[in-house]
Amino acid sequence: MQMLNVTIDGQRLQVKEGTTILEACELTGVEIPTLCYLKHLAPEGSCRMCVVEVKGARDLKVSCATMCDEGMEVVTMNEKIYAWRRFIIEMLLADHHIDCFSCSDTGQCKLYQYALDYGVNEPRFKVEARDWEKDESNKFFDYDPHKCILCRRCVRVCNERQNNHTLSLNGRGIDTVVGMPFNELFIDSNCVSCGNCVSVCPTGALSTKSSKHYRAWEVTKTRTTCSYCAVGCQMDLVVKKGKVVGVEPADGHSNKGLLCVKGKFAYKFIDHPDRLTTPLIRKDGVLEPASWDEALDCVVDNLQRIKAESGPDAIAGFSSSRTTNEDNYAFMKMMRAAIGTNNVDNCARV
Amino acid sequence: MGKCNCKTAREELAEVIEAYRGQESALIEVLHKAQEIMGYLPRDVQEAVAEGLHVPLNKVYGVVSFYHHFTVEPKGKYQIAVCNGTACYVKGAPAVISGLEEELGIKAGETTKDGKFSLAAVRCLGACSLAPVMTINQKAYGLMNAEKAVEIIKQYE
Amino acid sequence: MIRTLQDLKEFQERQEERLRQQEATTRAQIFVGMGTCGIAAGAQDVYDAICDELKKRNIEDVVVAQTGCIGFCAQEPLAEVNLPGSQKVLYGHVDPEKAREIVAQHIEGGKAVSQWAVNGGGMLAEELQAEAQIVDYNEVPFFKHQVRIALRNCGVINPESLGEYTVRDGYRSLAKVLTEMTPAEVIEEIKKSGLRGRGGGGFSTGTKWDFAHKQPPGQKYIVCNADEGDPGAFMDRSILEGDPHSVVEGMAIGAYAIGANKGYVYCRAEYPIAVKRLNLAISQAKEQGLLGKNIFGTDFEFDLEVRLGAGAFVCGEETALLASIEGERGEPRLRPPYPAVSGLWGKPTIINNVETFANIAPIINKGSGWFGSIGSDNSKGTKVFALAGEINNIGLAEIPMGTTLREVIYDIGGGVPEGKRFKGAQTGGPSGGCIPAEYLDTPIDYDNLAKLGTIMGSGGLIIMAEDTCMVDLARFFLDFTQEESCGKCPPCRVGTTVMLDMLNRIVEGKGEAGDLEKLEELGKNIKAASLCGLGQTAPNPVLSTMRYFREEYEEHVRDKKCRAGVCTALFQYYIIPEKCKRCGICAKVCPVQCISGDRKTPYVIDQDLCIKCGACMEACPFDSIIKR
Repeated sequence: MQMLNVTIDGQRLQVKEGTTILEACELTGVEIPTLCYLKHLAPEGSCRMCVVEVKGARDLKVSCATMCDEGMEVVTMNEKIYAWRRFIIEMLLADHHIDCFSCSDTGQCKLYQYALDYGVNEPRFKVEARDWEKDESNKFFDYDPHKCILCRRCVRVCNERQNNHTLSLNGRGIDTVVGMPFNELFIDSNCVSCGNCVSVCPTGALSTKSSKHYRAWEVTKTRTTCSYCAVGCQMDLVVKKGKVVGVEPADGHSNKGLLCVKGKFAYKFIDHPDRLTTPLIRKDGVLEPASWDEALDCVVDNLQRIKAESGPDAIAGFSSSRTTNEDNYAFMKMMRAAIGTNNVDNCARV
Repeated sequence: MGKCNCKTAREELAEVIEAYRGQESALIEVLHKAQEIMGYLPRDVQEAVAEGLHVPLNKVYGVVSFYHHFTVEPKGKYQIAVCNGTACYVKGAPAVISGLEEELGIKAGETTKDGKFSLAAVRCLGACSLAPVMTINQKAYGLMNAEKAVEIIKQYE
Repeated sequence: MIRTLQDLKEFQERQEERLRQQEATTRAQIFVGMGTCGIAAGAQDVYDAICDELKKRNIEDVVVAQTGCIGFCAQEPLAEVNLPGSQKVLYGHVDPEKAREIVAQHIEGGKAVSQWAVNGGGMLAEELQAEAQIVDYNEVPFFKHQVRIALRNCGVINPESLGEYTVRDGYRSLAKVLTEMTPAEVIEEIKKSGLRGRGGGGFSTGTKWDFAHKQPPGQKYIVCNADEGDPGAFMDRSILEGDPHSVVEGMAIGAYAIGANKGYVYCRAEYPIAVKRLNLAISQAKEQGLLGKNIFGTDFEFDLEVRLGAGAFVCGEETALLASIEGERGEPRLRPPYPAVSGLWGKPTIINNVETFANIAPIINKGSGWFGSIGSDNSKGTKVFALAGEINNIGLAEIPMGTTLREVIYDIGGGVPEGKRFKGAQTGGPSGGCIPAEYLDTPIDYDNLAKLGTIMGSGGLIIMAEDTCMVDLARFFLDFTQEESCGKCPPCRVGTTVMLDMLNRIVEGKGEAGDLEKLEELGKNIKAASLCGLGQTAPNPVLSTMRYFREEYEEHVRDKKCRAGVCTALFQYYIIPEKCKRCGICAKVCPVQCISGDRKTPYVIDQDLCIKCGACMEACPFDSIIKR
């Protein structure tokens, strides 16, 4: 692989051939504002935000789609770049329902952040609102087309990564709207509620229903592995006051920023009142709380009894897919080595 | 009762779709042909095209909604198109359109309730020397004004 | 089947013989122009009337045939009568009655009806008509100043006859490149000719071909952009309708040069006749072996297919066009990579427009030197313009590059009708700009138009007169591009919408101080930041009219006045009491009954009810009604 020498804001570095300017900027720690760019998808350069100046080029270049060249000198901020990006923000805000006080995305909205960064305080232009309806039919998330900036990330993630082909760009020009065929609602569509569209939305257009209940500055994030199946998706638990209030996909080796409906939305069992918090032992037909010592004694006694009476194959073990690979492994070992049966299985079939 | 035309149109559509089975890139061609046969592209037609060409339905719908030639609403028996190209515009096409809108009680892009007329303001028809130009089911009428246009559509009552 | 150059020559000779025979055995030939505009003007009725009249008179030795558009749209329907041994006569504004009369007088009587002939008295003042002699077409000012290369066969041959195309040296150039030239030599020849793309950009055709030629061998495509969407431009349609084989041949030559074996013509669905004739030409060429495998006995193989547009102007942009051929929404893609490197399905693809391809065969046939001798320094050859708007001779004019706008408008176009004052000309349609009267003597070529802040574009030339409002015109073009924006990038999608909104307010008399500065700022930014050519040029009509007619904008905003009397919110119809003769005609024609008065009192318009239709002003026999 050939290495290229490039300079970014005076900082020299070597990058592999095929590296985009945006990727090179990431390496140097220079932050470039992006809206349509999404890792793991071919860049389409449609939002026009990530422009930089390349010495010797006539026009500014979109950094997400321009490859580094040998000897390339890149400037990531100057008056021209600032004015350009400011113009883009101004245009997007002109066609955006601005209700930041009540918007659940406040604090993590990219548009809001860039508007602050580029000093767009009061929009000078306004596009008349279209008669689009909010779609709150999905159990887990809401969609408000008036907050959509048409970065198209949701459509691309739905069609090109999740391959579910639910969302499409419909209509044309200023009336382009992200939606489903024949303007049907999420609930009536072939949507599987994977929520990846919501995860990639840079504004409050697609937002989880739970996000109404917290603000970005109130939460901490904890990286973990999804325990629903054996894929090992990496995700961040969003935690407010010790409670999980949301899940965001992380860019793990196996999931590359995606999650499924379970990983994304099925976290409420954690604090569910029906959740078992102590072992239960059935005594005279009634389940009663017990200590771990009692419970384990009960299990050991009974397993030993059955094995002695009827042999090891009278016992079968079935583990939950919600356990980790390591626990499953240990369980399998216990069944085969300690009990001596091959009757062991797991419900993960993904 | 005469023979139902719908069925033959359906058969024709099925034949077209069969001829292009699995050819994703023929989507626009097939939509053209489907609209020619069916008059418009309702949901079931789009679904049939999607299934036949192995294209997701959301893509078919996205394409149909992008191109102004395609319509998901049935058009009137008489399709009135008023050219709104530059030459026609300069020579008074807007007045022709508003005259017809008033007469028919619909806006450009709509169809009368009885399904008789649909009215559209269209891109240059290339008959600039006859500006303003109006066509009714492809038959062209040149040198229009609002009164003349209204008179002409009365012949189609 | 035509397998060799010799075959082609023999085919051509047989066709010539057939035409000679026809001429020898017939009393006359009548050709009716049957392009879209001819048909719209009633050419079919004329054609039918001629046949019927001939039948009635039992005249059998007359050939009646159709031709494409000769480009003189203002005179449609046109019919040419050709009596052996005498000057051809081109009749204009023919209707069925005139057609029957022409059969009677000219065919049967042997005497041309000069006062209806375009090359006779037809275009003269009434008192001079009868005196006029029939002259050669080239004496008619409309034709005299033209040099027809791309339009060489339009209106001359039957577009549905491959034979007639070969009689005009058709497919000779293809035979020549396949049997005598290497692809590199073809590209060199096109480069040397100086031919630049006729679709708008003006990029060197040879250089473009060279990019694709230099890509590694493998699947490549050649595409003809026939998505002529500029309002008021119809030259590509005329070529496709009048001479489809010239496009087929040009594409085949291009395919050979770049190493493509498959081509697509992307044509507007709004051009049904063009599509029909093109498909016919393709099937004729296939039948004769001019398309397909082993063309002219070589191992060159080329297949051609027509793909229809579906009503999206943006598909004239090359990357959007490719997306559309692939069956996608017609949204442009980022360049680079350019289509010459990565186009249709990621393969090297060359896209040229109809007129560019129509120029290829003559260049090969007559040589780059010949082509290079026509035109100006950096703009070689000719350009076809579609003259429309406020001009007498609406039609197609093919002129050598470097011809002045004045010559085009006054010598060919016959000037502005009704003695109105010329105000400006719009080139490049909604992507272009206007040229005001003070630049009438500028020679038209790519560079000069760029200097004036406009573009050559595909060749629309809209003439504006004193009663055209430049603000409203700019609004019209922006309304067009705003509606045609694909919506992919925010500058174009939102920018054109907010600009249009401001212009709408301005023409409605609701403009505010600062609006013009905002318009300029928006226009500049949209041009810079848009993803594709549509957005990058969309503000041009506004910026260029603001450059030359800023005072009109200022009047609209500051004084709420429209000097052209177009913006209805900015003027009133007014009956001058002193001039009113109290005849009451105005009150009768008023569709909303807002004019009152009687024999004794002058008529008055109730401004609150007036819908500004202008019927009263038109009807007033005493010119007592004015706009103010």
